Amino acid sequence: MSTILEVQNLKKYFSSQKAVDDISFTISQGSIFGLLGPNGAGKTTLIRMITGIFYPDTGNILLNGKKFDPVNDVINIGYMPEERGLYKKMKVGEQAMYLAQLKGMSKQEAFAKVKEWFEKFEMQSWWNKKVEDLSKGMGQKLQFVTTVLHEPKLVILDEPFSGLDPVNSNLIKDEIFNLAKKGTTIIFSTHRMEQVEEICDHIVLMNKGQKILDGSVKQIKQQFKQHIFNTEVDQLPATLQHPSFSIVKQNGNNLTLKINEGYQSNDILLHFINQQSMIVAYHEILPSLNEIFIRLVEGTPTARQFETVTA
Amino acid sequence: MNKIWIIIKREYITRVRNKTFLLSTFLFPLLMFALIFGGAFIGANSTEQHKIAVDDQSGLYKNNFKDGSAVSFGYPDAVTKNNYLDKDYEGLLVIYSSTPQKADSVRLYTEKQLGLATDEAIKNQLQKINENRMLMERGVTRSILDSIKQQSESSSSLDYRSYQVKGAEIKEDNKKLAIIIGYISGFIIYIVLFIYGAAVMRGVMEEKTNRIAEVMVSSVKPFQLMLGKIIGIAAVGLTQLFLWIILVFVLSSLSSLFISPEVLEQAKQMNESMPSMAQNNTIALKILEAKTTVLSANWALIIPCFIFFFLFGYLFYASLFAAVGSVVNEDPQEAQSLMLPITLPIILGIFIMMNAVQNPGGSLAFWGSVIPFTSPIVMMARIPFGVPWWQLAISMGSLILGFLFTTWVSAKIYRTGILLYGKKVTLKEMAKWAFRKA
Repeated sequence: MSTILEVQNLKKYFSSQKAVDDISFTISQGSIFGLLGPNGAGKTTLIRMITGIFYPDTGNILLNGKKFDPVNDVINIGYMPEERGLYKKMKVGEQAMYLAQLKGMSKQEAFAKVKEWFEKFEMQSWWNKKVEDLSKGMGQKLQFVTTVLHEPKLVILDEPFSGLDPVNSNLIKDEIFNLAKKGTTIIFSTHRMEQVEEICDHIVLMNKGQKILDGSVKQIKQQFKQHIFNTEVDQLPATLQHPSFSIVKQNGNNLTLKINEGYQSNDILLHFINQQSMIVAYHEILPSLNEIFIRLVEGTPTARQFETVTA
Repeated sequence: MNKIWIIIKREYITRVRNKTFLLSTFLFPLLMFALIFGGAFIGANSTEQHKIAVDDQSGLYKNNFKDGSAVSFGYPDAVTKNNYLDKDYEGLLVIYSSTPQKADSVRLYTEKQLGLATDEAIKNQLQKINENRMLMERGVTRSILDSIKQQSESSSSLDYRSYQVKGAEIKEDNKKLAIIIGYISGFIIYIVLFIYGAAVMRGVMEEKTNRIAEVMVSSVKPFQLMLGKIIGIAAVGLTQLFLWIILVFVLSSLSSLFISPEVLEQAKQMNESMPSMAQNNTIALKILEAKTTVLSANWALIIPCFIFFFLFGYLFYASLFAAVGSVVNEDPQEAQSLMLPITLPIILGIFIMMNAVQNPGGSLAFWGSVIPFTSPIVMMARIPFGVPWWQLAISMGSLILGFLFTTWVSAKIYRTGILLYGKKVTLKEMAKWAFRKA
């Protein structure tokens, strides 16, 4: 897969904070990329640099191998900020047309596209409604449509599911997969880890402006696994103790075990087999991204403190 | 460029289509009318006549006071500070005297304040009575005195007119008309600066608090967004101005429909041939007179200048209002205090304008009409009186330069402010953003 976006040694210091402190990563085309981090980690600043709202202090952003040009590359990017940004007094249809035209689409193109998306999301009847009359979830759907309308190569979504019910969440999730299948690259910023696990191919975890984790979800889980296995037997063996493992949790015939140093899964299984216990289930428990996230950012104060920066 | 055009179109259409636009377009002239004429009406009728009892111990003033619009006099017997109210007077004027035929001092006693006009009227009367007495003491008879007074009071004996001379051109100047035109146009620009300036600020605040700004600046430059809004609202303002001009035109031609030119012409002729009949036609004549007076103003200069100062005065201030809107979070009080540095010069402008209509050639009027902060308001007050072309050129030139400068400065504040949330911004920080490099 070819690389669509490359970020090299990006830095952005504000007077009171190192918002983004030397971050590099690459995103391949058609992938769903998760940008994670606790509040105040610098995600929004990073996104604003990628969308051309901010200029980085130092570092490069390469889009399709060429240096990112905020004026002309705008057409290639669709950005949906975390907070809803729509004109309250404007009619839904006009709002969508307006934002599409600002992305450089002609009136006819914009109209055709808006209609197509409104039909897809069953929003046709909203056309003449004012934005202020929409519920939060409806507004969210409209915002999503206006973000992807001009078929950008790179779509950046900041917390796209907040305020959506499960049905509409799935609708948007399916659309995200659809877009990715068609070759659109998606950057997905959130702190809802279960969504990341479900959706993202590749994640970067930021904390205090720095990258602390970079890889595919599978890789990262492997990297942080703690050799914990769940075993279920039909009856417990006479002696449960064995040097190969220690019991983390016991719930009837269901055991959660941690393999001790120098042993392997088969050592445990042999022990149970030798004890004449029938093994019903045996599988590894990988840490959830949530646990990894918490482990990595633990010790970071919940609110990021201000610091003086000498750049 | 194309994107600015899309933004301008949206700003213009959403505003013009709004019901409040139509409403304000038609209500504003009515409101102005009510404000100006209502104010004059209240002013004219607020001087009520006060009844004053006179206790003249010297015997020099009794029955010599003349009733005026502010005061009327009465001479009841045995009036004292304790009973003048019972005798139905509002004040008691006592002329103290120790020796006969000589007044020592005069005191006015009232229960409530009767106002400066009353004091002035009484002093004026006392002075006149003294003058008359002294003239009569020197041998001027009462009949001569009366005839002099009568002659000097009848205005027909002296025909006073003022003319303005410019090289070979001599023009009768009509100060009253110039004052009215200057005052009204200065006042309209003053209101326009506030109304449309505030509209720009509210628009920017809306974009910021609804977080539209973030979506917008990922497709257009902040400068385009700001300029699009300012120009869009300017177009709304010009539309409204042209609607007002049409409205005034329609109303004035409607009024002449009721009083047709033939009737007016007839009245004029009748007045010339038969002065005694003129009484019946005074109203028609007055309208004719007012019409010719209004037409005598230099409209060919006033209207283009008005449009220029209307537009550029707005443009000068609009970007400043935009800058303030961009740094305000949701707190309207914050907006109030940050707006103060912008509203102060506008208010100063209206004060200089009030002075300028009285003294259009003075140095205060000159500087006020050249410095761009006040020039849109003050210059409009001077133009009906006639302004040297070089002063007009300096005023217009400095206003255009000022507009470019404020827009440049504001754009820098706007760019930073519009994406900054949850932080209270001080004027000092705004200044720092405005003048830093890049």
